[in-house]
Amino acid sequence: MNKDKAEKSMINKWAENFRKFEAGLNGESKSEFHKSRQNAFKIFSKLGFPSIKNEEWKYTNLAKFHKHEFVHASEIEEVKYKKEDIEKYLFKGFDHHLLVFVNGKYSEKLSCVGETENNVFIGSLCDLLKEKPELLDNVYKGENNTSAITALNNAFTQDGAAIIVPDNKVIEKPVQVLYLNGTQNEKVHITPYNLIIAGKNSGVKILTSYNSTFENVYFTNAVTNINADENAHVDYYKIQNENENAFHVHQVNIEQQKSSNVSSYSLSFGSQLARNEIIATLNDEDIDCNLFGLYLGKDNQHIDNHTMIDHANPNCRSNELYKGILDDNAHGVFSGKVLVRQDAQKTDAYQSNKTILLSDTASIDTKPQLEIFADDVKCSHGATIGHLDEEAMFYLKTRGIPTELANSMLIRGFVDDVVQTIKIEELKDQINHIIFDHLHKIEI
Amino acid sequence: MLKIKDLRASIEEKQILKGINLEIKKGEVHAIMGPNGSGKSTLSNILAGHEAYEVTGGTVEFEGKDLLELEADERAREGIFLAFQYPVEIPGVNNATFLRTSLNEIRKHNGEPELSGKEFLDLIKVKMVEIGLPENLIQRSVNQGFSGGEKKRNEIFQMSVLNPKLALLDETDSGLDIDALKIVADGVNKFKNDDNAVLLVTHYQRLLNYIVPDFVHVLYQGKIIKTGGKELAYELEEKGYDWIINDFKEVESV
Ligand SMILES: Nc1ncnc2c1ncn2[C@@H]1O[C@H](COP(=O)(O)OP(=O)(O)OP(=O)(O)O)[C@@H](O)[C@H]1O
Ligand SMILES: [Mg+2]
Repeated sequence: MNKDKAEKSMINKWAENFRKFEAGLNGESKSEFHKSRQNAFKIFSKLGFPSIKNEEWKYTNLAKFHKHEFVHASEIEEVKYKKEDIEKYLFKGFDHHLLVFVNGKYSEKLSCVGETENNVFIGSLCDLLKEKPELLDNVYKGENNTSAITALNNAFTQDGAAIIVPDNKVIEKPVQVLYLNGTQNEKVHITPYNLIIAGKNSGVKILTSYNSTFENVYFTNAVTNINADENAHVDYYKIQNENENAFHVHQVNIEQQKSSNVSSYSLSFGSQLARNEIIATLNDEDIDCNLFGLYLGKDNQHIDNHTMIDHANPNCRSNELYKGILDDNAHGVFSGKVLVRQDAQKTDAYQSNKTILLSDTASIDTKPQLEIFADDVKCSHGATIGHLDEEAMFYLKTRGIPTELANSMLIRGFVDDVVQTIKIEELKDQINHIIFDHLHKIEI
Repeated sequence: MLKIKDLRASIEEKQILKGINLEIKKGEVHAIMGPNGSGKSTLSNILAGHEAYEVTGGTVEFEGKDLLELEADERAREGIFLAFQYPVEIPGVNNATFLRTSLNEIRKHNGEPELSGKEFLDLIKVKMVEIGLPENLIQRSVNQGFSGGEKKRNEIFQMSVLNPKLALLDETDSGLDIDALKIVADGVNKFKNDDNAVLLVTHYQRLLNYIVPDFVHVLYQGKIIKTGGKELAYELEEKGYDWIINDFKEVESV
């Protein structure tokens, strides 16, 4: 088979999946919502999956992904969980609202949303659209999509987390969103579409985590849209802890209005291949945008972090800090673009990417890109790749600290500045635990 | 306590120690002096177990054990402590957590119970006052952003908390102001007893006014070329190293 033919047959497989998906929708297939799905699928078919010839996918090869035939989550039998089954996947120690999604579909039974004030919505996208169909316009505009995999999500969108905070409301308790992915036997295609809308002067903290109770391969194909209106304050945490065979591709679109403050924490642990993409658009003045990231890789994991911050207006600040530890044959990618457009005077943009390689066969491709078209700006960026500091190691050992423990101390020291930025105090130790657990190192 | 015989070592193919012989007994203070680059830090680093140096010959016995067989951390737990000439900054590692981990590893090794956070804090509070270590330093990252003098005090503070059998002090006096020098020397003198020993590297006789050595050795080009009592330090202060080096060269050429 030549390349074009292979490509065609691949698209055909997904088209077949899409037909089955449509057939299962019954009446809904005539809705407005579904028209945008169909439109999205067209875009997907036209674009096709990105290859490594695509500059944005240069270091992330999907060949292994294409070897699998996936079945959409709507086609498979529901995986049943009891409350006690999910307990260990939750972050604890603080009051929270809880939304649980099983293979992308909302589980009312497992979720637990505390009392909220009028007009606050914390629930599933399905329920939201039933209540407020006019919000559909906010959901997505398929035609603006330039990423095939995002278009694929849009084509198969069924459900996802929806959090709507009206003007002048601050939701005190964090909203915890748990995604339980995968099944025993099927290779499931999971398409959560999450919507977070924070009104003027509002505030909300969202803590999402992607997990699996199975070992089988699956494909998480997620999209999250965050809109922060004037002076809104949004903290968005994502803990990607999929199983070791999973493919995880997630695009987060952040739209910020005047004086808003959004902090994103992308903590990536699981998956055989993960692509965490964030696009932040700063639509007005006096905006703060903070992107923090940690990525921990081992075995043959491939972890790709792609970020883009678009400074289109004056007097905004962006701060980006991504740190990673890669062991064994793990491969990392960091591509961080900061665009400062001509009008964006007095921009303050800081970016840093640091990676520690724990083995000789781990590697990272790091590509910071600062594109500045304004003249009165303060921008800096830096990328470092290294090993654990040998002199620091010697220092610790001369104090009687055994090698393994010294390793852990240096690892903890390395991730410390990212962990310390986490604003939910109780979360810090739990993240620390995942770090050491994932790397199979002594926890300290 | 420590017996060094004909110790030879190199780094990156470059021979640095060319046959060191030195014996340190319990209760003794030895000072090593010598020009820059003569191998003083190399000797202390090798004794502490730095892996970058290759030992090419000789033996080192510590309390009857073959020291060269042990890794740095094992040596530390056996009771060797190195106060670094240039203490290392370790960002993100809390100074108190670090020292407590260190102390507890050593205590475990000695069959002593580990200290709780509270017990540890009680212990270090006293020592911090003794060494004049500003209180906030203990909650900062190890040595990070410490001034030169603070780093040196932190080394002596660690020594007094860990209470080793043999303390190797590599130029702990350099970079200290006069008051700090006295405080550090006091710290060493308080630590010193009949069961432990100190090997201190210094360029200045000044320190030896406070910490009186039993022996002074001159290290030159990887060899001890002269050993004397504390008066030797005065002589060096006055006359420099040339006279000893010249004597040594004459002997060598004979
Ligand atoms: N890592 C290294 N790589 C190469 N050469 C080294 C290394 N460490 C030490 N040396 C060399 O070994 C020699 C001895 O150095 P050392 O630091 O032991 O001297 P020193 O007596 O402590 O000097 P100072 O009084 O300046 O502290 C020097 O010539 C030094 O350049
Ligand atoms: Mg030296």
